[in-house]
Amino acid sequence: MILHMPLLELTKINKNFGGVQALNDVSLTINEGEIYGLIGPNGAGKTTLFNVITGVYLPNNGRIKFDARSIVGRKPHQVATAGIARTFQNIRLFQNMTVMENVMVGMHAKTSTGSFGAIFNTKSARHEEKMIRTQSMRWLDYVGILTEADNLARNLSYGDQRRLEIARALATRPKLLALDEPAAGMNAIETEELKGLIQTIRTDGVSILLIEHDVKLIMNLCDRVAVLDYGQKIAEDVPQLVRKDPNVIQAYIGGELP
Amino acid sequence: MDIFAQQILNGLVLGSVYALVALGYTMVYGILGLINFAHGEVVMIGAMTALAVVSTLLSVFPEMHPFLTILLAGLAAILVCMSLAFFIERLAYRPLRNAPRLAPLITAIGISILLQNIAMIIWGRKYKTVPQLFPTETFELFGASITSVQIFIILISAVLMSGLLVIVHFTKLGRAMRATSESQRVAGLMGINVNKIISVTFMIGAGLAAVAGILIAGNYSVVHYSMGFMLGLKAFTAAVLGGIGNLGGAVLGGLLLGLIESIGAGYIGDLTGGFLGSHYQDVFAFVVLIVVLVFRPTGLMGERVSERA
Repeated sequence: MILHMPLLELTKINKNFGGVQALNDVSLTINEGEIYGLIGPNGAGKTTLFNVITGVYLPNNGRIKFDARSIVGRKPHQVATAGIARTFQNIRLFQNMTVMENVMVGMHAKTSTGSFGAIFNTKSARHEEKMIRTQSMRWLDYVGILTEADNLARNLSYGDQRRLEIARALATRPKLLALDEPAAGMNAIETEELKGLIQTIRTDGVSILLIEHDVKLIMNLCDRVAVLDYGQKIAEDVPQLVRKDPNVIQAYIGGELP
Repeated sequence: MDIFAQQILNGLVLGSVYALVALGYTMVYGILGLINFAHGEVVMIGAMTALAVVSTLLSVFPEMHPFLTILLAGLAAILVCMSLAFFIERLAYRPLRNAPRLAPLITAIGISILLQNIAMIIWGRKYKTVPQLFPTETFELFGASITSVQIFIILISAVLMSGLLVIVHFTKLGRAMRATSESQRVAGLMGINVNKIISVTFMIGAGLAAVAGILIAGNYSVVHYSMGFMLGLKAFTAAVLGGIGNLGGAVLGGLLLGLIESIGAGYIGDLTGGFLGSHYQDVFAFVVLIVVLVFRPTGLMGERVSERA
């Protein structure tokens, strides 16, 4: 079912922090409809790569093409508008807003009411507001937390907060959804449900970039996997082959091969 | 005449204006963590602009209906203050967005002094009297007297404050503002243009400040280039009193401060046997501030100071 049309292409991305080379000539391509896994030991540069893709960090050099357009140097909100949404390793919800409002914020860029319309409550603003509510409910239903709509985000259970992050990201109508360790802290049942949700999202036409420590989840879910170590891509292939790659085993075990 | 009722009424009038100005402080603090000390001067510029427009209109079109005059003056003042706030944020604060907190704070104080001096150059050093546009009518209410201007002040403030609360809590713009105040970075990643939201926040605060300036000018009938200083300080006190960053807190703090000052000024003479007169009313604001901060450092409605990354 994989369509081999490149959606996101990174070419020779470098990122330094002072003397530390966090990313070293990283190139990778995520195709449309793909679930692409990114693994690597702690500090390998996975989250840095996320931040470069989403416009939070500017790479020192390298090219990023998304949907056939260069997105290097764009601000995070422009990258979001272009169609990349993300969730966070440590949950970053708007804690003092309701569950519903969090999703409504996600729809911000895809709606047209400006400040003027909002302040003077024009007819089109009211109409759009209604549409935003209906859509947000759908996203909450999609990830299975509709009953929590009016609770404050900070009062949700851990697993539900992760779901809400996904709903909020989906509300931006991304072409690519980047999930930063979505299964962290989840129990086996929650992880299994998450796996189902990710598959549904892909079936509905959104490509997925997945950073995860849960190797089993990565191996079960991903079409292709890339491995980062010390800021370099040391392997990229289908999961079955990556797990047998000697470089990967060495990076994870950190020594001579058995 | 019932003195207590009278002081309450005066306090509400004063408090409404404090609240309008306090909202500007609290909104900017909520979103940037910056205390915009130039905000009081924006109030002054609003009053001065409105007065200039009113004077011009009175001399050029003496037959113009007073409502139209005040409406045009109000719109002009709001427009001037909003543009001023836009440029202050864009030119003075935005370049310092990632600087240590002290830098924008000192810049704000600098802007405040700059605006005072500009106003002094344009409008002179003397107190300027505000022409009476409407015949003052006085009404009796619970044994106290209230003028039509005071009624107008309370009504306008109430409408604007409720309007702001509705915008912040029930519109797309308000959601974006709240999201930005919780985390600029995450808001940006959700597709919100954070810089734009910050500009709009400054401009809304400045619009309220312009109106507050006009209301004050109407109430006291004089304006002066330094009028924004003490007013700004009081409104800031009100914002802290209510819990800075909290909109409801700013309204509550403003009204409370107005009431405390007014009641304090009304009775201080009797309490001290005439030793201290009502010109000590300014003392109350700051005594209250100190007391509240000792017992409730986050202000009356403030929650724990939100953690910032």
